[in-house]
Amino acid sequence: MGTTRKTGRDSLAGRMSDGFGKVANAWGSVVIQGINTLGDISLFSCRMLMWMVSSRPRSGTLMPNFYAVGVLSLPVVALTGTFIGMVLALQSYHQFKTMGLESKLGAVITMSLVRELGPVLAATMLAGRVGSAMAAVIGTMRVTEQIDALVAMGANPIHYLVVPRFLACVLLIPALTIMADFMGIVGGYFFSVIVFGIDHAQYLKNSRDFVGGFDFFTGIFKSVFFGAIIAIVSCYRGFHCQAGAEGVGRAATSAFVESFVMILAFDIVLNMFLDGVHSTFWPTSGSKLL
Amino acid sequence: MVTTVISKSLPSDTAIIQTQGLSIRFGRQIVLHQIDLSIPRGQTVAIIGESGCGKTMLLKSLVGLLPATEGTVRFDGCDLKSLSEAELTKLRRRFGFVFQNAALFDSMSIQQNIAFPLDQHGVPPGATAQTLIEQRLMEVGLPTSVLSKRPSQLSGGMRKRVGLARALILQPELLLYDEPTTGLDPIMSDVINELILRSQRRYSVTSIVVTHDMHSARKIADRVIMLYPYSRLLPGESQVLFDGPPEGLEESKDRRVRQFVRGEAGERLMELLSSSNVSHVDETPRLHDTIARREAE
Repeated sequence: MGTTRKTGRDSLAGRMSDGFGKVANAWGSVVIQGINTLGDISLFSCRMLMWMVSSRPRSGTLMPNFYAVGVLSLPVVALTGTFIGMVLALQSYHQFKTMGLESKLGAVITMSLVRELGPVLAATMLAGRVGSAMAAVIGTMRVTEQIDALVAMGANPIHYLVVPRFLACVLLIPALTIMADFMGIVGGYFFSVIVFGIDHAQYLKNSRDFVGGFDFFTGIFKSVFFGAIIAIVSCYRGFHCQAGAEGVGRAATSAFVESFVMILAFDIVLNMFLDGVHSTFWPTSGSKLL
Repeated sequence: MVTTVISKSLPSDTAIIQTQGLSIRFGRQIVLHQIDLSIPRGQTVAIIGESGCGKTMLLKSLVGLLPATEGTVRFDGCDLKSLSEAELTKLRRRFGFVFQNAALFDSMSIQQNIAFPLDQHGVPPGATAQTLIEQRLMEVGLPTSVLSKRPSQLSGGMRKRVGLARALILQPELLLYDEPTTGLDPIMSDVINELILRSQRRYSVTSIVVTHDMHSARKIADRVIMLYPYSRLLPGESQVLFDGPPEGLEESKDRRVRQFVRGEAGERLMELLSSSNVSHVDETPRLHDTIARREAE
């Protein structure tokens, strides 16, 4: 009896130990894979930066990418920016009204848009519209040996494919962010002044008084990093695409999901950094809204 | 097991490409193991072997598209591993590569595809470049009207010929073909074979052709190298089962070479079935019963 109980306990302990081992093993693999990918992306970024500074991009590679990133993304960024401004006004109005602060709505909407929503929205749109396409195009080129063909003909694929896409994203995302900010402000103004009847002059005065140049700079500064994240993650995913249609599809999906997660993670870090900069240079000026 | 080595005995200074102890591994999977080859200038070599034996890997490693895990690859006496990226890029001007599915750039027209190597190596677009492009296109039997088209608008045979024109544009010293006749009808396959022979005669180019097509190998090659999958070799065997003239293939002492050349499955099917643990119980009657029952319901 005692032996049976002991055996039962042993087997339970054995099973628990096995289960723990499996969980530890699985987590270990995930962590190692994560570190590997991070190292790989860092090396990929370094090679890209090295090519960018050491050699001019080939003629004919810049303009199509600038067109795809800048011109073709403009309508969708403008449209979503307008809607975000309207939704922000709609959501905030009733809550602010209960506190009697509806006159401050202009400041809240403008501040939210230029500091946070404009850059994040432009980056999300770019990651979805352009990032996935980059990963799919480069992934298809990898699968159909077009990248090998580039190398065989003496072209460096990072210089030829990644550098122009990186430059397009980094240089044009500030313009898209400004567009998202502007259209968001227009949408917010329309809903607040025309629909809810807030005084036009007060709305504009509050916006002007409470939102400063540093707030605009914050949004634009962050957007440059977001653009870099989109280009690097999407191109990296394309370069490491698995064979077949499923591989290309997975690369495109990963490009968007990983870009988006990294954009939000960097958003926190950059906000903390910029707040630090602000309080260092302007220690006496707190939030003007309070 | 290596039957004959006609070219290995040639002095190494005449070799355009040489490998010593070339091995390629992916993790624990060994694709190529200790391959020693020496290919003299002007020779046309066909590399044959069953799928998965590492033919394409060997071809790609010869021009540095795939770095060797171990061993060396020398092009004209120059160790590819010791070259910087810029030096390797410069050296690649002397290679031409015809990919299995042509690997034409979808985003470019045929004109831009053929002009790409010229542009890449500093030949400016102009009358000279245009004449060269049209000349190469005519050499592969294509009209100049295709220049404005996109790769997706061409048939498989046309795409392969454009790929050949692109590979020939810089008059390379070494041309590598990855399964140039795969997926083509017999006439178009022979057209490609003829074009390979013509290019060889016209430009005295050294050619290495990876192929499954024995007709093609016999027609174009001066020398045939047969590779065998490393995982199925007996201990101590070389991965190169045959290295010699195509006429010697049928007389090879190695049964696996004769079997491959004649296209005989032999005991291979049984090997495959036993390795995949296929159940010998035929499930078809039960499947038919299930379908009939469902239909009745």
